Amino acid sequence: MHFTINGRGVDADFDLRTSLLDLLRDHLGLTGSKKGCNQGACGACTVLVDGERINACLALAVQYDGRSITTVEGLADATGLSPLQAAFVEHDGFQCGYCTPGQLCSAMGMIDEVRRGVPSVVAADMADGDIVLDHDELRERMSGNLCRCGAYNGIVNAIADTFAAETHSKEPA
Amino acid sequence: MTPFAYDRAGSSADAIRLAQATAATHYLGGGTNLVDLMREGVATPDRLVDVTGLSAAIEPTPDGLRIDAAVRNTALASDPRVRRDYPLLARAIVAGASAQIRNMATVGGNLLQRTRCAYFYDDAAACNKRVPGAGCDAVDGFNRIHAILGASPACVATHPSDMAVAMAALNAVVTIDGPDGSRDVPLTDFHRLPGGTPEIETVLARGELITAVTLPPLGFGARSTYRKVRDRASYAFALVSVAAAVDVQGGTVADVRLALGGVAHKPWRAFAAEAALRGQPATAASFRAAAEAELADAVPLRDNGFKIELAKRTIVAVLEELTGEAA
Amino acid sequence: MSVIAEAAKKAQGAVQAVMKTAIANAPDGWIPGGVPDPLIRAKHGLVGTPVSRIDGPLKVKGAARFAAEFPLDGMVYAALAHATIPLGRIATLDTSAAEAVPGVVLVMTYKNAPKMAPPPLFMSNPKAVSGDNLPIFQDADIHWNGQPYAVALAETQEAADHATTLIEVTYDELPARTRFAEAKTNTYPGTFQGEPLLVEIGDAEAALAAAPHKVDVTYTTPRHNHNPIELHAATVRWNGDDLIVHDATQAVTHTAWSLAQIFGLKEEQVHVTSPYVGGGFGSKTLWQHQTLAAAASKVSGRPVRIVLSREGVFRGVGGRTLTEQRVAIGAQADGAFDAIVHTGTIGMTSHNNLPEPFIVATKTAYAAKTFHLDVEVAEMDMVANTFMRAPGEAVGTFALECAVDELAHDMGIDPIALRERNEPEQDPTAGTPFSSRNIVAAYRAGAERFGWDKRQAPGTRREGEWLIGMGCATGTYPYYRMPGGAARLTLTRDARVTVAIAAHEMGMGTSTAHSAVVADRFGLPLDAVTFDYADSKLPGVVLAGGSQQTASIGAAVIAAHRALVTELLKLAGNDSPLAGLKADEVAGYDGGLCKLDEPGRYESYASILGRANRDEVTVEAEAPPPLETQHWSMHSYSAIFVEAAVNAITGETRIRRVLGSFDCGTILNPKTASSQFRGGMIMGLGMALMEEAQFDERSGRIVNPSLAEYHVPVHMDVPAIDIIWTDIPDPHAPMGAHGVGEIGITGVAAAIANAVFNATGKRVRDLPITLDKLL
Ligand SMILES: Cc1cc2nc3c(=O)[nH]c(=O)nc-3n(C[C@H](O)[C@H](O)[C@H](O)COP(=O)(O)OP(=O)(O)OC[C@H]3O[C@@H](n4cnc5c(N)ncnc54)[C@H](O)[C@@H]3O)c2cc1C
Ligand code: FES
Ligand code: FES
Repeated sequence: MHFTINGRGVDADFDLRTSLLDLLRDHLGLTGSKKGCNQGACGACTVLVDGERINACLALAVQYDGRSITTVEGLADATGLSPLQAAFVEHDGFQCGYCTPGQLCSAMGMIDEVRRGVPSVVAADMADGDIVLDHDELRERMSGNLCRCGAYNGIVNAIADTFAAETHSKEPA
Repeated sequence: MTPFAYDRAGSSADAIRLAQATAATHYLGGGTNLVDLMREGVATPDRLVDVTGLSAAIEPTPDGLRIDAAVRNTALASDPRVRRDYPLLARAIVAGASAQIRNMATVGGNLLQRTRCAYFYDDAAACNKRVPGAGCDAVDGFNRIHAILGASPACVATHPSDMAVAMAALNAVVTIDGPDGSRDVPLTDFHRLPGGTPEIETVLARGELITAVTLPPLGFGARSTYRKVRDRASYAFALVSVAAAVDVQGGTVADVRLALGGVAHKPWRAFAAEAALRGQPATAASFRAAAEAELADAVPLRDNGFKIELAKRTIVAVLEELTGEAA
Repeated sequence: MSVIAEAAKKAQGAVQAVMKTAIANAPDGWIPGGVPDPLIRAKHGLVGTPVSRIDGPLKVKGAARFAAEFPLDGMVYAALAHATIPLGRIATLDTSAAEAVPGVVLVMTYKNAPKMAPPPLFMSNPKAVSGDNLPIFQDADIHWNGQPYAVALAETQEAADHATTLIEVTYDELPARTRFAEAKTNTYPGTFQGEPLLVEIGDAEAALAAAPHKVDVTYTTPRHNHNPIELHAATVRWNGDDLIVHDATQAVTHTAWSLAQIFGLKEEQVHVTSPYVGGGFGSKTLWQHQTLAAAASKVSGRPVRIVLSREGVFRGVGGRTLTEQRVAIGAQADGAFDAIVHTGTIGMTSHNNLPEPFIVATKTAYAAKTFHLDVEVAEMDMVANTFMRAPGEAVGTFALECAVDELAHDMGIDPIALRERNEPEQDPTAGTPFSSRNIVAAYRAGAERFGWDKRQAPGTRREGEWLIGMGCATGTYPYYRMPGGAARLTLTRDARVTVAIAAHEMGMGTSTAHSAVVADRFGLPLDAVTFDYADSKLPGVVLAGGSQQTASIGAAVIAAHRALVTELLKLAGNDSPLAGLKADEVAGYDGGLCKLDEPGRYESYASILGRANRDEVTVEAEAPPPLETQHWSMHSYSAIFVEAAVNAITGETRIRRVLGSFDCGTILNPKTASSQFRGGMIMGLGMALMEEAQFDERSGRIVNPSLAEYHVPVHMDVPAIDIIWTDIPDPHAPMGAHGVGEIGITGVAAAIANAVFNATGKRVRDLPITLDKLL
């Protein structure tokens, strides 16, 4: 089977029961993606598949043959940290750092969803495609990523800071 | 997880043919429920037929908006036609699970997701659904999330889907294809009540595939919503949910659609409440009377008696919201 | 407990009591902290500035290596099988199908496990760190529902997991004590840290009966699980007879020593490292999995990685136990307390020794004429309960601080005023002076910033469907410092310093905060400091628990720094401007040493070492015994304010605003300390509203062992949390600082329950406050 992982082609051969998460962590040595539950209940394993965020623990790797996968190891460019990563450090958007790769990948996927107009449950009107990423929208959309250290405030601030364009309200406040 | 073979289906016909291979072949959607149950040893397929590569279109047809079974939950909730004409469905979907799971989950898989009853998940517990005839540890155990309507002594589990509750309210029709041909089943008849055979959860026969769900037009669909009550603010299953659409003409309920989640073994269409409401004034009193009618036969267990009052109140609140009567 | 054990405990208690009095009465100067740490006066250093985590970039790149992320050649994966009965014996066991699974290397049970000594139980020895002391795989006995009874090793995780499902086992079951109501009929007094959990001052019941105003109510709290997001894991290998363990632990040295006892090795034969820990909260100590991995590795001759499943964590790693607490307070018309009664029962096993000490906060919270505090133990057959963030205080302050609120409401007094009215001048039960207590100031600052004066009568504020209320409560946690702290400091000629200490980083920001402290002590920039930690080969016995790590590191570094400065002054000799000065007369400044009150007398480290022809100086020193905690009553405090909204229709509670006003001495790093406070408070929010490990009393089995069904707060549950602090140094603590890991959770559940009362007029005395209790 063949995957594109963080922009590089990778051939892999594995037990069909292997999840995408275990493929990354155990077979390919990409341990940035984390396992917190293996049940879709914590978000630590969040990676981007063709730009969309998913829980790699519930994904059988075989189903993703041929797809393009981005993990936390693929977020930074050669120069160092991505703006979002730097903002996480600045806002202390983590403590132990274990949920962090999932939070980061999730945030990248979330911003893309906002730009595409994917609705969230806090929207007053489902038909309204114009999303302002206010505090409630941001928290609801990130709720698939648990942080037991409770770095939620820092995470939200880091994302809001990095993607200020999306958080601006339609009308001037 | 027991070992299994894997095939990727290119078409419905292909999928159905591949699924004939063994008695324990399962279709695989996003895997968000099936993979979990396989890890828990609750599901033990020997072959998976991946149906996520099948057509995933959302198209208008003479019968309504047709949604292919492989459509992902996020795509369905984001569809402009769904958001405009069936906002209760869009809202129900985005009230469920997390964004990551919704990106993976398919319409077919969502309808067929299985109960979250703790005793169903734990192979050390007795569960008639998992092992027919084994007994039910939930009846006298932790049953806060369990059914108050339509349960049986054999099983008190609930169906956990949000999406399906909205679809039940919408008179959705499930299109099924199988070795013996294709058929349409109303969503309200698709899931079964547990009775003495809780292991049989739907009308699907072995090897049958869900290919699509069609939403018939609903003139007053735009005036609809979904409200989910749960134990934390997000990323939790419903304790009680209400899907509703109302058509009020001159202060009177001309028509109404109402379905409940979290209360029964299936998405619970509130036919009794609907009947009680039609032709009545759109007031809190009639809403409450309709809710009472629907919950008249509710039976509480050790921990879930609160759901009866909660369901009634939530029905009233949702109807008030939709009819502009909210305080 | 056996009669002999009881007598021994009593004797130990008597000796301790005599020692305690002597220490309490000793002159301040004899006690560590008697002379304030000079760093407290330094105002222009890195301490107190919001330095970002030095390991931050590594963590955001996913490059910080956790325990399950060390690849080893030839490594196999482990999986566990767990028992499904609460008590009994394995009758038959057939592992042949499991062994036949392709890729399986070993299936180990009590039948083929090596001989191992029982793990040393926490607190039975300074380095003991096991959650229980049951023998591991030495017999067929099953002691709790969920106990591991087999481990499978295989070339892949998939094969190992699958193999465990094929093991056939039957049991001879014994009647088990799994019902709290029955267990409660036979209790004994709890003992914690060598002392009985019992305080009797005056006749509290009589005073209560006579008091003109009183509350007398019962509160209950359920079992909780720590649920750090990182699963418990270890990667182990044997190198001959030496054992190497990459663990996820908050106790490297303890783990090495404990594993050595189990395997009959010398302590130095076991090497434990744990550079990054994905959260612990009390759970990342020694449980069976590390021992099983090491044993299976020994038997198979292969390196082993073990990662518990989330269910495996619930089954094999204990959590906080349940409590039932009576709080009764009697007061005069002016609010002065005549009596405080705080008694009740907790569930515990016979193979562990943590009787959730819910009275510890009550010992020092308020002045009262009489006290009766008592924790009774009801033994149950279950996974050993253990330390979880603020053991005792987290649940104890829920009961106490709700009761104070209830009394204030009944008496028509503002709850903050009632607390101020009963502010003690000295420790009300120990009689020792407080080292630093500014809770009144914390309340005043918090109340003003929060807008406490806008609080209305219960049930009177409504916005749409939502009933809004405000509540407050006091949080408190002791300053601890355990014996055994030691550190090595190495200063090189290029003015770089390396600190080596067997401490831990679970997200507290240890390396960041202490690098800054060391930089300030030496008068060096932050990047001149290297912090080596989390390795059992390093000096010190430093538990990352009890919020004591900061003090432990601080005191060890002070001792080592003093020794190093002494050495430097010796090397500086008579030709130095520093000639003739003693260690206490100089301070680190601008890359060298200067006389404290005469900065002109200065020589750089480079110059001192250069002249002495030395490339580096290394010293190692031990911290003095922690006598300060018996000489002063030392605690952190917080005033927690909450605004809660309760849905009038559904009973759902949402927390809209939270403010924590803390009094924890010097805040070493505002950025990481704020995160610690917030993290604790969010765990308190979870405890208040949603957390419960559901224990099925029919089977003794936890029925919700998953993060989908055991709810912890998600982003949407958590508002922006406002944090302020007094920043008044504790003159008797190293750096003037207290640990800040546990104080955050305390008081929060009470503040929330009190806010819910203010919103709805309903008292919920049984946690968690789920919507059904408010319908
Ligand atoms: C932590 C967590 C929280 C969740 N919270 C919620 C929630 O709040 N609300 C909610 O509604 N859901 C929730 N879910 C459930 C989630 O919505 C379902 O798991 C998902 O919808 C299933 O879709 P899937 O495509 O992944 O199905 P799969 O897991 O792939 O399949 C599920 C079942 O459907 C069968 N199947 C799949 N496609 C077809 C087909 N076309 N024809 C016939 N059979 C088919 C499979 O054989 C399998 O039996 C949650 C899940 C998790 C893990
Ligand atoms: S590990 Fe995938 S969601 Fe928790
Ligand atoms: S930083 Fe520890 S779990 Fe989020």
